[in-house]
Amino acid sequence: MKKKIVAISLVILFTAALLAGCGTASAETLYVYNWGVFMDTSVLAEFESEYNCKVVYENYASNEEMYYKIKGGNAVYDVIFPSDYMIEKMVEEDLLLPLNYDNIPNYANIDERTLNKDFDPANVYSVPYFWGTLGIIYNTNYVEEEITSWNALFDEKYQGQILMYDSQRDSMAVALSLLGYSINSTNESELEEAYNLLVEQKPLVMAYVNDQVIDMMIGSEAHLAVVYSGDGVYCMSMNESLKYVVPQEGSNYWFDNMAIPASCENQELAEAFINFMCRDDIAIRNTMEVGYSSSNKAAMAAALEEEEFNNEAYNPTDEILARCSVFRNLGDEYVQKYADYWTRVKAH
Amino acid sequence: MKKFLRNAYLYVLLLFLYAPIIVLMVYSFNASKSRGVWEGFTFDWYAKLFANTQILSALYNTLAVALIATIISTIVGTLSAIGIHFYSKRRQSILLNVNYVPVVNPDIVTGVSMMLLFATFHIRQGFITMLIAHITFCIPYVLLSVLPKLRQMDKHTFEAAMDLGARPAYMIRHVILPEIKPGIVTGMLFAFTLSIDDFVISFFTTGGGVNNLSILVYSMARRGISPEMNALSTIMILTVSALLIIINLRGTKKTKVQGGN
Amino acid sequence: MKKMRVLGVPYIVWMIIFICLPLIFLAIYSFTNRTGGFTFNNFKEFFSPIYIKILLNSLYLAAISTLICFLLGYPAAYLISRIHNERKRNVILLLFIMPMWMNFLLRTYSWMTLLGNNGLINLLLQKLSLPPLNMLYNTSAVLLGMVYNFLPFMVYPIYSVLTKLNQSYRNAAQDLGANNRTAFLKITFPLSLPGVITGITMVFMPAVSTFVIPSLLGGGQNMLIGSLIEQQILQAGNMNFGSAASLIMMVIIFIMMRIMETFDKTKKDKVEINI
Repeated sequence: MKKKIVAISLVILFTAALLAGCGTASAETLYVYNWGVFMDTSVLAEFESEYNCKVVYENYASNEEMYYKIKGGNAVYDVIFPSDYMIEKMVEEDLLLPLNYDNIPNYANIDERTLNKDFDPANVYSVPYFWGTLGIIYNTNYVEEEITSWNALFDEKYQGQILMYDSQRDSMAVALSLLGYSINSTNESELEEAYNLLVEQKPLVMAYVNDQVIDMMIGSEAHLAVVYSGDGVYCMSMNESLKYVVPQEGSNYWFDNMAIPASCENQELAEAFINFMCRDDIAIRNTMEVGYSSSNKAAMAAALEEEEFNNEAYNPTDEILARCSVFRNLGDEYVQKYADYWTRVKAH
Repeated sequence: MKKFLRNAYLYVLLLFLYAPIIVLMVYSFNASKSRGVWEGFTFDWYAKLFANTQILSALYNTLAVALIATIISTIVGTLSAIGIHFYSKRRQSILLNVNYVPVVNPDIVTGVSMMLLFATFHIRQGFITMLIAHITFCIPYVLLSVLPKLRQMDKHTFEAAMDLGARPAYMIRHVILPEIKPGIVTGMLFAFTLSIDDFVISFFTTGGGVNNLSILVYSMARRGISPEMNALSTIMILTVSALLIIINLRGTKKTKVQGGN
Repeated sequence: MKKMRVLGVPYIVWMIIFICLPLIFLAIYSFTNRTGGFTFNNFKEFFSPIYIKILLNSLYLAAISTLICFLLGYPAAYLISRIHNERKRNVILLLFIMPMWMNFLLRTYSWMTLLGNNGLINLLLQKLSLPPLNMLYNTSAVLLGMVYNFLPFMVYPIYSVLTKLNQSYRNAAQDLGANNRTAFLKITFPLSLPGVITGITMVFMPAVSTFVIPSLLGGGQNMLIGSLIEQQILQAGNMNFGSAASLIMMVIIFIMMRIMETFDKTKKDKVEINI
């Protein structure tokens, strides 16, 4: 019996080692590094057959983890999907390659609303993929008033029913916006004020969460929460009592763009992939699968046909966008300050 | 009565350990994608799971790494425990402290520092680097599991065996190994358990498209984990249970036959 | 006997490459600033009240969860070791670790489904017309998560030592008129200490630096040292301070282990005298 088990496991492990060794041998391989559940992965096979290449697909869970691996590791990636502030940081550190738009004609399909943002002013390094806002989602069964302000998250009425993001930038953005300051503030006294506000808020907060916020709001576990618009869209489709709003004081307008890291070994193929992802039919499939707002005009139009997506969370009005701003890279000194403030809030 | 109390205690503990597993299994049949609501019974996630090549290849990587890492770390860990057992107290304590490092360090520190190590030596990250990292954090647990069994052994046993002219290889096989077997099994189970469920260290040491299940699950977390993962877990636990039952049934038959003879 | 020492060599080489070298990286980071200049600041900074509070809180929670694991795990290990039917014993043993083969995040999310305000346990309480309990997002939830995840690491080492514990000592003690309780306290328990020490080590050490459990079950309101290090390295991009913090944590834990080992030694001597 024992011998059999050993023999079986040895066979499994050798085939595994062999198969693991394979992949790298093929001539043209494209390494795509993406967030989990961030595209309809069936489009990958189509790209493979159209361009006669092999796509190797790997996932990451946060911008920072991806950054560490690109910067310090020795793994090759050809296309990545960093967020706004991370693009700016990676450009500053020469970790991204400028794109050759001759190879990306489908760039013309991109929504102008999502182009030329401060983190990459002329889109030299990145092509918009998904985007959205940061707002409040609330359960109208428990919250009777119409929420219009971040103030609701600081209202004692809702003690123990508020979920905040466990993220230094997002939580500080909430406090800074409420105070009327820039979400990219580097003014010491403004930051101190925002910090004090978050400390004051702590007794009212049920928990500092990450993605659990989605299930918790759907399951009516909390009354109000800070969420990204894409998750808001999903929550509302699952629970009719939920409502998403971008507060009047302004908020964050975020982007996850496609970019090519400096370690890329096949830039032309990587650009072909970005071009492929900007193609109307592909973009439609991606946005339908993921549920985030597409930067592709045709995909946006197609999504708005669906009841689930026809709302201000998926497609914010110009008036809403006008009061939102993008995250900038604050530089090491201030990233550290934000982190320290957040540590102090959580350890308070 | 005593036996009943004993069993009751163990079963209550097992209920505690399996409560979340049962929830996890039940939700693999939930028609809704969210844990927040129950929308009826479905087998859809199982169908989707078998069509999802990404999950299947991650499962493959996870099992392959876990099996190889378990085998290598059990062998290396056991042998080194025997070796280290005969070192002077002083040396032993230095080696043990180094051995503790991967146990104490937060995964992120181990993961990032190993990634930097591979980068320094220009080793392409992939299956092998992830495997090396897994072996590195598994061996300490094997060593720690085997050492107390060695300490428990009677010193005179070794001496007597030596006096009788036993060579080291013979002694390990026939004197030491049988005695420390429970420790080895413990270490082996720990190695497998730690390897199969590791995320952070795997994330930083892998590359070239080699995802494992944990990387997949954690990276899904931003958009909500797909119930396909629950379906997979259910299949895994049912498979292991089935194996357990089969092995047991076969065992009973054999003893019965032997008894009959 | 000296010949046996050679068996330790391969792992020593492995440790030098894969543990000591990365440790040197860590040390270099901890003594430098972001631009690479030499500094003690990372260590100095750590000894500010807020970080000390975080460290003490982590040590405290890890110690409590280790204690709970011990109190729950020792009887379990003892009872399992007394099951005569070998096959039944092995099945129960395997049952204890099988849950850990499921993904950690999925298991923890399941706990949240159980413990939530509208969770399954509260649903049950409601059915029994009992008042709902507030179980999620507090220190008890963090402790529960730790005990749940580390319990097997306490049960197994103790079991493995108890299982072949020389029965003759106990029998001798009983022959000499010691009752079950005395025999256990004077013989069985002291002789099982190496397993207990291993169990404590394997629960306490990782429990100090855990960060997913406090963040998920504690609602991120309990800042622990593992979360701090993770946040400093990832979110703040400060590998230097993160390295220093984990080195300090390591040294403190080693000192604690050393104290525990001396405790173990004195116990052992006593046992020998008693026998």
